[in-house]
Amino acid sequence: MSDATLPVVDAESQPASRLTRWRGLRLSTGARCASPVALFMALGFLAPLITVIGFAFATPRTFAVFKSFTLQNFAEIFDPADTVWMSFAWSLALAFATVVVLLVICYPIAYGLVRVFGRWSALISIAFVFPLFISENVRLYGWTLFFINHGVLDGLLQEIGLSAPDVLFSPAITLFGMVYTYLSFMLFPMTLGLSMVPGDLIEAARDFGASRLMIWREIELPLAMPGILIGALLTFVLAAGAVAEAKILGGQSVIMISHDIEIAFTYSQNWPRGSALAVLLMIVIAGLSMTLMARLDLDRILGRR
Amino acid sequence: MDTTRPRRTHSLIWVWTLFVALVVYLPVVCGALAGLSKGRYFLFPIRAFSFEWWQKTLDSLEIQRIVENSILIALIVTVVSLALAFFGALAFARYDWRGRRLYQKLLLLPIFFPQPVLGLALLLWFNTLGIQPSWHTAIVAHLVWIVPVVTLVIAIQVYGFDPAMEEAAADLGASRWMILRDVTLPILWPGIWSGALFAFLLSWGNFPLSLYTAGADSTVPKWLYSKMVAGYTPMVPALGTMSTLAAATLLLLGGAIAGFVRARRNR
Repeated sequence: MSDATLPVVDAESQPASRLTRWRGLRLSTGARCASPVALFMALGFLAPLITVIGFAFATPRTFAVFKSFTLQNFAEIFDPADTVWMSFAWSLALAFATVVVLLVICYPIAYGLVRVFGRWSALISIAFVFPLFISENVRLYGWTLFFINHGVLDGLLQEIGLSAPDVLFSPAITLFGMVYTYLSFMLFPMTLGLSMVPGDLIEAARDFGASRLMIWREIELPLAMPGILIGALLTFVLAAGAVAEAKILGGQSVIMISHDIEIAFTYSQNWPRGSALAVLLMIVIAGLSMTLMARLDLDRILGRR
Repeated sequence: MDTTRPRRTHSLIWVWTLFVALVVYLPVVCGALAGLSKGRYFLFPIRAFSFEWWQKTLDSLEIQRIVENSILIALIVTVVSLALAFFGALAFARYDWRGRRLYQKLLLLPIFFPQPVLGLALLLWFNTLGIQPSWHTAIVAHLVWIVPVVTLVIAIQVYGFDPAMEEAAADLGASRWMILRDVTLPILWPGIWSGALFAFLLSWGNFPLSLYTAGADSTVPKWLYSKMVAGYTPMVPALGTMSTLAAATLLLLGGAIAGFVRARRNR
């Protein structure tokens, strides 16, 4: 991009290339490196979100985006006669439950990855990363085969004269599916958080006679908190928008909010209503993400500098 | 202080981790069994094993086409996301510039966004632009989610990179291109390599984005889903298992190549 004839002394103090100077813009090297990604994200992420917001204020059942402005979509959603609030309640409640269960499941594993497993850590990490590369519907369908009548569990129990309880197509199995799907999303940020706790600090506290509970509460937990919070946020946000678990395992016994959004966009062709629902979900997500992100120092978490 | 307690805790942690890992892979095993059992419907314990459904899956022209779709999408996603994410990661972790903190946080937003909603938002956007959804638009959708992931993966490598190396090369008169080729890329390649594996495999296994943005075209996960909802055949678990095995093979191969290159360099 730049055609410096003199040896480059410092990338930062480099004169701007002819092109940028001609435009009157003096972009720093960092900003220039960021610009392709930024441009792509503006077109591929920001623009779709703005379109959704535009549709949310369009006349119901039309495609008059940015041409009409009405609050009718939101009025319909907040009308007590509309039962869509139940989908919101289910999605948020199940997402919350997913986070709580995963905190308990993942903490010992994350602790083990940082302090116990030693040279096995890398292998165990890969074992928990790999499922991310198998699409969730394949993995969830495997659970259907496990729990279904004459499936793996039922077949095994029948061998000893029992029969499997009917667990499929219930809210509980939906929660199970969500916990299962989002496990890695909790585990790895949590591991990152725990790896920020210096081992010698714990040693020192132990030498001074601190109990294990005290060490955990006063040292480990506060220092690992950024990673734990990222994991909790990531899991909550993804679970709040989850839909495959309720469809494949839950058999629609619970209608998730993403399902309602999908129906509005596809079968009922009411894009403004679907967009209004999506905007409400986005407000919850953005509110949580922004609050947390504002407090985090990503350089410290990722780079440990 | 007694040392038996921590040791007991450690074995409990081992047992718990192995148990959870077992549970994680249990449905994958169930799928593999279903794909290998003879007969139209899945019954356990399996009465007879056969490769009948694997053979049918391999013979199907329809499946051949969607596998080609999936591979092509994943390849393009890998190349484009590496190009964007390499510079994106330098901006994320290497250079100190005004707006970096904001950039870091905004870039993470697509990861912190439910994919079904992202897919639907993109569908709306493509329609508004008058673009017919197809496997081309699915590439864009995958990129929106995968570029931030790959940027993070490479950025973690960049954090461990000492900028003084580049400066030293510059002091010795190396051109920008030479610095990039002989200093920056060789140091960062482990991150770039894992970024490439992540990009390919995440695209290969992605379901929600493909579902809403691929239009009439199908990918492997999307085809599997359509058959799960209506018209189950044992080809579904058979193809699911093959897709998993393909991903595992690629991951192993990728790891082996990385190990091989590292070993040769250290010699």
